[in-house]
Amino acid sequence: MTTMKKTKAGIPTQKIIAWVAISIIILVTLFPVWWVVRTGFSSKQEIYVDTFNLLPVGPTMNNFKRVLGMFTSEEAVAQGGTASGMDFWMGLKNSLVISTTTILGQTFFSAMAAYAFARLKFRFRDQLFFLYLTAMMIPGVVTLVPNYILMARELQWMNTYRGIIAPSFLMTPFAVFFLRQFFLSINHELEEAAKLDGASIPLIFLQVILPLSVPALSTLAILQFLGNWNDYLWPFLIGKDETMRTLTVGLAVFQSQTPQGAPDWGGLMAGTTLSLIPTIIIFLVFGRRAVNAIQFTGFR
Amino acid sequence: MTTRTGLRSAQRSDFAWAWLFILPSIIGFLVFFAVPSVRGLLMSFTNWDLLRPAKFIGLANYAKLLGDKEFLHALRVTAYYVVLNIPLQTVIALGMAVLLDRFTKSTMIRGILILPWLLPNIIVALLWLWMLDPTLGFINQVIMSLGFERQPFLGSVDQAMPTIAAINIWRHAGYTAILLFAGLQNIPKDVYEAAAIDGADERQMFMGITLPLLRPVLIFVLVTSLIGSFQIFDTIVITTKGGPVDATRVVYWYIYEYAFVRFKMGYAATISVALFLILITITVIQMRYFNADTSDLD
Repeated sequence: MTTMKKTKAGIPTQKIIAWVAISIIILVTLFPVWWVVRTGFSSKQEIYVDTFNLLPVGPTMNNFKRVLGMFTSEEAVAQGGTASGMDFWMGLKNSLVISTTTILGQTFFSAMAAYAFARLKFRFRDQLFFLYLTAMMIPGVVTLVPNYILMARELQWMNTYRGIIAPSFLMTPFAVFFLRQFFLSINHELEEAAKLDGASIPLIFLQVILPLSVPALSTLAILQFLGNWNDYLWPFLIGKDETMRTLTVGLAVFQSQTPQGAPDWGGLMAGTTLSLIPTIIIFLVFGRRAVNAIQFTGFR
Repeated sequence: MTTRTGLRSAQRSDFAWAWLFILPSIIGFLVFFAVPSVRGLLMSFTNWDLLRPAKFIGLANYAKLLGDKEFLHALRVTAYYVVLNIPLQTVIALGMAVLLDRFTKSTMIRGILILPWLLPNIIVALLWLWMLDPTLGFINQVIMSLGFERQPFLGSVDQAMPTIAAINIWRHAGYTAILLFAGLQNIPKDVYEAAAIDGADERQMFMGITLPLLRPVLIFVLVTSLIGSFQIFDTIVITTKGGPVDATRVVYWYIYEYAFVRFKMGYAATISVALFLILITITVIQMRYFNADTSDLD
């Protein structure tokens, strides 16, 4: 008991140090993100002069207007930007279409497979599941080149949405595994009752299992949506055409076209700020769920 | 009698439904995971530029790989990155996790800490490219205002790799901390109370209780972050493109160059297989070393 009291008495200083540390961590996490936004709203000339100001210097919307295509390329160059810039709306549309379609297919088809693995009996079930688990361990680099060749030659799906979407539309090993774990934890009784009422397996799946699994399904969907949204190399390789660029690809192209010696920082950071918005929205709406999902993945 | 055949036909229909449910995932698995993996392996024994048909050349690619100085350089650079990245990231994350576990259960703070991990690599890289800009970047402004010389960071052979490692620590430390935090939450509190009664101090409790009981999560974190770390690519596209003077030309970049710049698909596949073998070996060693399948909680 005496030792307990001693540690309790020591808490105040300890607590202060701890909270200073936590504050520093939060600051280091958030400040760079603010610096991006701050630069996006700063005017070209002022960025060079006033490099230290925490607020936007020479506040302006011009960088955003330029990135959103509200100026002609002559006007953009006159402002110190580049003629090429970035087509934000195109990137947003492509990213949205690709990520949304991918997770809709992936979540539904993976849920079907996961349900079969969790509840139905069939031959080679355990062997097949083991194969899926093995695939989870294979790093992406192994399948990258063969999948590219599949798209470029056999399927001829270059420069198409389906080329970008297909590889993770029908399943990812992680999605099947994640949902199977969840389905295993659902109480059998509801299904048994539905079965006695003469419900068929698809009906049980659609009307009993899926509604009970909304939290798990949405958690998975958020994680996989972000994964797709953040992806760079695959959409870059498959969507070579300008009209197929996702936001990440568009940003990378924008950066590669900006002059090496004097990059268009204002424009780049305005583009980055705009690209941040969707993630921030997801973060604000689903942040808690994302935290819980991550904590769950640690125990798979 | 009738009920029996009824049951059997019900079982048979179960069986049919099961395969129907599995079917889409099997197609996806075969077409985009299983077959490409096998194909990648087969390609590694060929010479293929996509224009002419692939030519089987046996182990020639592997022989070439062993004597390929550029590949060895890429491996060395990648290993250097992993060594800079993983230990520091894990220690920082562990510190953050302990802080969270001890002082706050706030989901909002945990949410803020995973924010960098939610952002695309491309955005994180752009963000730090700007922060670390040699002339205008905020970090250099701070360094100079403190009276030191400005640093080249990504523009220098010596600093480029440590800088990229630091950028990725910024992106992943919070995420890793949340994983470890979840592990800490699972350690029964009465173990600490018992140790405190026995007179154990903070350090002894951390070394004697926290670390051993955290082992399963710690292994998961180490294995996955190590595999991820060996595949560093997006950050390099934005920041250094393999430079300066090949200082950040990692294995993944080397594969990319062979496959999509030089269109030597066979050799690119060979490097991929080699990287895969290296990763498997490291994972197995890690599992063995830590006795991954046992937990001290049992």
